Amino acid sequence: MKLTPELIIFGMLAGMAALSAVGVVAFKNAVRSALCLVFTFFILGFLYFALHMEMLGITQIVVYTGAIMVLFLFVIMLLNLGASHVLEEKSDPKKVVGLTFGVALAVLLASQIVPILIKVQAPKAMPQFGSPQVIGSILFTDYVYPFEAVSVLLLLGIVGSVLLAKRRLS
Amino acid sequence: MDWLRSLDPTLQDVLAALGRAILAIIPVFAPVPFIIWYERRLLSWMQDRIGPNRTGNITFSRTSKMIPSFLKGKKFKLFGLAQSIADGIKLFTKEDIMPTKTDKFLFILGPLIALFVALTLGGTIPWSGDRRFTPVADINVGLLYVMAISSLGAYGLVLAGYSSNNKYSLLGALRASAQLISYELAMGVSLAAMVMVTGSLKMTEIVAAQEGPLLGFIGFLPNWNIFTPFGLVSGFIFLICIFAETNRPPFDLAEAENELVAGYHTEYSTKRWGLFMMAEYMAMFTFSMVFSTVFLGGYHLPLRWEAIGMDFMTSIENSYLGGLSVMMLKGVVGLTLYIWVRATYPRFRYDQLMNLGWKFLLPVATGNLIVTATWIMITKVYGAAPGWMFSFGLYAVAVAVFVLLRSKKSTQYLDTRSVDMINQPARRTVDLVESKPEEVPA
Amino acid sequence: MNGVPLAGFIALSMFMFITGVVGVIIRRNPIVIFMCIELMLNAVNLAFLAFARYRFSSPTMVEQGAAGQMMVVFVMAVAAAEVAVGLGIIMAIYRLKENIDVDELNLLKG
Repeated sequence: MKLTPELIIFGMLAGMAALSAVGVVAFKNAVRSALCLVFTFFILGFLYFALHMEMLGITQIVVYTGAIMVLFLFVIMLLNLGASHVLEEKSDPKKVVGLTFGVALAVLLASQIVPILIKVQAPKAMPQFGSPQVIGSILFTDYVYPFEAVSVLLLLGIVGSVLLAKRRLS
Repeated sequence: MDWLRSLDPTLQDVLAALGRAILAIIPVFAPVPFIIWYERRLLSWMQDRIGPNRTGNITFSRTSKMIPSFLKGKKFKLFGLAQSIADGIKLFTKEDIMPTKTDKFLFILGPLIALFVALTLGGTIPWSGDRRFTPVADINVGLLYVMAISSLGAYGLVLAGYSSNNKYSLLGALRASAQLISYELAMGVSLAAMVMVTGSLKMTEIVAAQEGPLLGFIGFLPNWNIFTPFGLVSGFIFLICIFAETNRPPFDLAEAENELVAGYHTEYSTKRWGLFMMAEYMAMFTFSMVFSTVFLGGYHLPLRWEAIGMDFMTSIENSYLGGLSVMMLKGVVGLTLYIWVRATYPRFRYDQLMNLGWKFLLPVATGNLIVTATWIMITKVYGAAPGWMFSFGLYAVAVAVFVLLRSKKSTQYLDTRSVDMINQPARRTVDLVESKPEEVPA
Repeated sequence: MNGVPLAGFIALSMFMFITGVVGVIIRRNPIVIFMCIELMLNAVNLAFLAFARYRFSSPTMVEQGAAGQMMVVFVMAVAAAEVAVGLGIIMAIYRLKENIDVDELNLLKG
């Protein structure tokens, strides 16, 4: 395997994403966890760009870092969960079990998948592959029924969250 | 320049990109002192004050031997332009205060994120027709890039408010995040209509699509989006949304000084406060640029030069400095509008803000999107003339209905006068008592 | 990304997924658990896109490659709906109990 500039850039991006993913779990303060997650999603957007998926990369940033994570931060601050007295997490034997389980899962999966996929290199770049035109034309022809179903789901989400968050008058 | 060409091609690309990035940042960064001075002078003129007009005046002595004779007794007026520089020096040399029990890392990070957003926002805006210098990257999702970066702006405000360990700051941060999420929607939908008209998300193609004759047959005017009926509606919504996105009056709920001290930047002073202000002014300017790119034909003047036989103007517009000057001009127009609105409208109440965003702007933008789609379909099937008749007719009906409704009912969402609780505290109540029971809004 | 093997992307995706799983197991703050679920969804998205790019990016296979991208679009939409409802539930619970430790939410335990 040759050390190309692409590989170095990928290594840096992947390292940052992995580190901040660990940060999500490791930080005790919920706001810091959320920020780590924001950073992970931001880096993931760049990784999508690297895969020539411009449309989805930018959608990732708009939807996840721009909307979903702001919502998370909003709720954390509204409930003031960042304050330390609200939720003190004590050390717990559960944590050791969970970590062991995770490492075992990682080893198991890696031993099965990585040796096979290490041989697959990228084919030649196709610039139109992830462009908005391609995604749009396929989304509104072959995938139009799932698309409509998802729109109904989003509507249900709106109604449900309004019902849940509303204060009852009685 | 030969040594540049002898370099590795990848390195050449990287250097070219860096150069373009610097060229994109300078026109946003350099005018900040002028923008601040312009706002203060224009605002004071509108409010019948004088404003900063002294700083920077130089008067040379009449008697000193140090002064060359042609300068003796001369006065040079800068009209207060040096005030911004003096303010900057003051901010950067003041004692740096950070309250105790703040989250230090996030406290420092907040203004930096705001600055990052303001600097990178213009990455896909074409400043001129010269593709060697601008835009930094002509990616095929250019308009979405602007949306993505501007949505990151919420983090700067939210982190600053959260980390300050102050109730008012936290309230400001909460308001800011809710406001930005709400207005992002209407902004996205209004831009989507323009994307449908253009058929591309590339900023350069959006500009190119506005170069044709207006409505396809008026030869001497360019087909700017703002001149088309749906473009006018979209542009109006987008304009309101960028006021909200940049936290400018009347949408500056996040820093409402008579309720929240100074909102999210209550605990900030010195450099960091200066960074927030710089970011705000840069974001204002860049958003004006986005507005002019999408709705005002980018780096073109509002005349089609080849139609009136002045082809040399086209080449001036397409050169780097010419295009940049036109964009700057449009930026100044946008800034004037910002300041004018600031001087005119009082701040919204929070429920008015939310009502305006969710119950007025979003439905109107969605309706506009549907009309635009129908217009595109009619134009494709029946030709241009029925399409224009349809869209103009529909908007005429919409305006008529709006005027009729407005004259009958009190316009609850748009009535900014009801903010004035001091001079007319009982206005609402009186309205409710006097009106008939069936007209009372539920 | 020439020169980057597919294994690199899949390994990152796997790592993020397992981090999410571990987070769901060991944390007790429901918002952090929720964020870990988002992390897992994103790991899956990355795997989808990497496979779509490496397996199907020849000019004749745009349709098949788009299947992976479509999945990602739908995952994002569903995640957005899920977050809206989920955060609503968390707020409702907080209003009810003034505390959102998942170990204390045991009303359904017989």
